[in-house]
Amino acid sequence: MIEALNDAHDVMMDRDPDIVVLGEDVGYFGGVFRVTAGLQKKYGKTRVFDAPIAEGGIVAAGIGMGLYGLKPVIEIQFADYIFPGFDQIFSEAGRIRYRTAGEWSVPMVIRSPYGGGIFGGQTHSQSPEAFFAHMPGIKTVIPSNPHDAKGLLIAAIEDPDPVVFFEPKRIYNGPFDGFYERPVTPWAKDPRAEVPEGHYSVPLGKAAVARAGEAVTVLAYGTMVHVAIATAEAEGIDAEVIDLRTIVPVDIATIEESVKKTGRCVVLHEATRTAGFGAELAALVQERCFYHLEAPVQRVTGYDTPYPHSMEWTYFPGPARLGPALKAVLKD
Amino acid sequence: MTDRPERRNRPAIDRLAGPPDLPSVRGANRTCLSLHVPEPDARPGDAVDFSGIVIPAAGSVARPDVAVAAAETHPLCFTLVRVLDEEGKAVGPWDPRLDPDKLRRMLRDMVLVRVFDERMFRAQRQGKTSFYMKSLGEEAVAVAAAHALDAEDMCFPTYRQQGLLVARDYPLVEMMCQIYSNKGDKLKGRQLPIMYSDREKGFFSISGNLATQYPQAVGWAMASAIKGDSRIAAGWIGDGATAEGDFHNAVTFAGVYRAPVILNVVNNQWAISTFSGIAGGELTTFAARAVGYGIAGLRVDGNDALAVYAATRWAADRARSNLGPTLIELFTYRAEGHSTSDDQTAYRPKDAGAAWPLGDPVARLKAHLIGLGEWDEERQKALEEQLGEEVRAAQKEAEKQGTLGNGHYEDVDSMFADVFADLPWHLAEQRDAAKAETASRSGRGK
Repeated sequence: MIEALNDAHDVMMDRDPDIVVLGEDVGYFGGVFRVTAGLQKKYGKTRVFDAPIAEGGIVAAGIGMGLYGLKPVIEIQFADYIFPGFDQIFSEAGRIRYRTAGEWSVPMVIRSPYGGGIFGGQTHSQSPEAFFAHMPGIKTVIPSNPHDAKGLLIAAIEDPDPVVFFEPKRIYNGPFDGFYERPVTPWAKDPRAEVPEGHYSVPLGKAAVARAGEAVTVLAYGTMVHVAIATAEAEGIDAEVIDLRTIVPVDIATIEESVKKTGRCVVLHEATRTAGFGAELAALVQERCFYHLEAPVQRVTGYDTPYPHSMEWTYFPGPARLGPALKAVLKD
Repeated sequence: MTDRPERRNRPAIDRLAGPPDLPSVRGANRTCLSLHVPEPDARPGDAVDFSGIVIPAAGSVARPDVAVAAAETHPLCFTLVRVLDEEGKAVGPWDPRLDPDKLRRMLRDMVLVRVFDERMFRAQRQGKTSFYMKSLGEEAVAVAAAHALDAEDMCFPTYRQQGLLVARDYPLVEMMCQIYSNKGDKLKGRQLPIMYSDREKGFFSISGNLATQYPQAVGWAMASAIKGDSRIAAGWIGDGATAEGDFHNAVTFAGVYRAPVILNVVNNQWAISTFSGIAGGELTTFAARAVGYGIAGLRVDGNDALAVYAATRWAADRARSNLGPTLIELFTYRAEGHSTSDDQTAYRPKDAGAAWPLGDPVARLKAHLIGLGEWDEERQKALEEQLGEEVRAAQKEAEKQGTLGNGHYEDVDSMFADVFADLPWHLAEQRDAAKAETASRSGRGK
């Protein structure tokens, strides 16, 4: 997935000289996860360069470059570090089109690795997507595999508005289904890792059916897509797993279609539960599919605690949490 | 581009044209602008080049009275306070004139930090924990400061000041249990390794989010002043993290309220792969930040334990006299990678640390003691062996309580404790669900 994301940068920077990349350690070194490796060498250091450790400054400089007419693709080293940039994203980037009645806009992509599963402790594991979903004027995208990662990043770069692009770091090097005691699998053996060469895009706002099924709909994104599929297989449940891919704007048509078909729904995310994006999904499903529902919508999430270091697998919403929830919605 | 839906931000050049009597941008004979992106002197494959580093002679910098106006310290922001000369002699007005017992104790603490680091780095490589960070080459920064402060003074460290805990006699076993996130970890496995916390030792919990502790140190110092206390605070930040807004918050509040705080900038010149030029180090010194905020500032050879001690003591005396904060830049070099997750050979020449012209802080203090006739190579060797034994024994003891890989801290109740002082209904429900889930996992043999 790292190579796919790197390729998306490469394809777009080659086509569009207005794309610039900045962030902590993204230049010569190529980023702590190596997503921008080789780009500075190829495109020069005024298009790919290291930024000071100042997330507020990185976001604000990105906005300024966007206002000029460039297309900044900025990296926040870990999503946990994004908060010094919060004011610039929330109060500025998301509102500039609106407050200037379209006179200015901010065509910027904010990339950031997010999520747990790597024993990163509480400041390298969080899933803050709900904060951004809550912001007017910000699109939020989360890929679950290399194919989509490249296509979605290209679509995000081509989008005229600010896009927060969270990359589930646990699946950078291979799919992870939550069965943490099983051997690690690389992407190489996975069909979803077949990444076409050159330019293609996966449209923002369009979900994918990651596993077709009839019994229950699981709404997920990022790493949790893999957890959902593996749990359905392990429990022998004919679940339909919807990979949302974009959480704002969410693909409501695909959600409705699936839930109306199955009549049951579980929403799944790694982030904390209260006011998490699952609450929004549950509300949408209730508003739109109430008369098709056979059972209450279930939320399966991380707990409302900081992300603990040693008890990572007790915290992580894996198959042991999703399995019983699937069975519970099927019981009614 | 396949299509460019909107590029309206870029102003049309026509609109930039001024009134007829003013020169227009279009056609004007102006220089094309170009962006400056700082680059370090050497990259992998290049020879290490420290020739640009200006090193004033030890003892050559004047020591102002503690009570001078802040502005009188500002020339000291552009030089380097140094005490130990090339032969290891203590020279000049900053010599703190410490007795040999104190010097030996400082040497012992610095060696202990180094031995401990080596051991724990290896433990991470052996899979016993997830992460570790050494302070190789920077041992004097924390150890000498701890000895210059009072034991009751409050420290707000960043992640490379393990020397503070060592100098304050914090048990090694406690440190290791935290690193292992094991059953003996008093932080209950919650924090990334090395993110220690100990209230009794005046060592505030380390945060993974950079610079946050810096304005907190100022707030603590303000509180101490509000209450007429006698304790001062000290904060540490890296050169890279001075770019964060919290650095500005800290120095602003410290100056405005004349807070009794020492603000240390550990300039080890590297923020992971990013050299200090990206934090502004190409333009001026980090100590020079003091000038703009109107507070006292000192720039110190961070590999010279006596200079670190003397400068810290100067700033502490000043703070204790209600004369306000001091910003101290500790000029040093990160001789190792950033952490166990880092590969320094990917972005800087190999062995750059060994070539650092200000030398090794342990070797320099050792040479000084030997020069005084208060130490010798045999005693050094014996000390290293003894500390090696102590660290090994502590490791054995700590590992009895497990490691992250084998017997980590695990207690579902504790996972939900301390989110708040009490346990609201939703956390109680989640705790119960987590217990049921844990039971089901162990019931299935996981």
